Amino acid sequence: MTLIDDIRSRLGELEPNSIEIQDDSALHAGHAGNGGGGHFTVTIVSSHFYGKSHIIRHRSIYQALADLIPQKIHALSIRAMTPDESKPN
Amino acid sequence: MDTQALIKSQVTSNLVILYMKGSPKFPQCGFSGLAIQILQACGVKDLVTVDVLADPAIREGIKIYANWPTTPQLYINGEFIGGSDIMKDLYQQGELQKLLAEAGV
Repeated sequence: MTLIDDIRSRLGELEPNSIEIQDDSALHAGHAGNGGGGHFTVTIVSSHFYGKSHIIRHRSIYQALADLIPQKIHALSIRAMTPDESKPN
Repeated sequence: MDTQALIKSQVTSNLVILYMKGSPKFPQCGFSGLAIQILQACGVKDLVTVDVLADPAIREGIKIYANWPTTPQLYINGEFIGGSDIMKDLYQQGELQKLLAEAGV
């Protein structure tokens, strides 16, 4: 299983309507303070996020991935939206 | 003073404080650089920053303090606001400017 598959499967607990995981590692290879983990951007839409602040949404994602940080995941950019928020205005 | 007490005193004695990698002029990570740009766009002057790369105890300590595994971390009035993604969202919604104004920044 690739790391991206692993991330996707762990975030399955949030029952996402959609999830996109982008590997940005090549953009950041070897910069200061990076012990070798990858950089990823996760865009996730889930109804679990209704009524939850951004901090709580991000925490639930960090929690699902906790043991991958920082060895496998050095940096994670997160966009966590409810189905309503993900619709274009 | 232990690290958690030191962080608590830093975040409560500064209206706005950003834990980051590097300095505002020379951020050592794109996320920290973005955080600085956002705060500058909000017109924050005399921003207090702490370079976590200079102090391993602080670097690990803020993860525990905020229960948040990544840097940068922004605090306003002692309250943890979030990392650069949240700062960007809040800025785009005008919420970050509001939080700063309410804090008297």
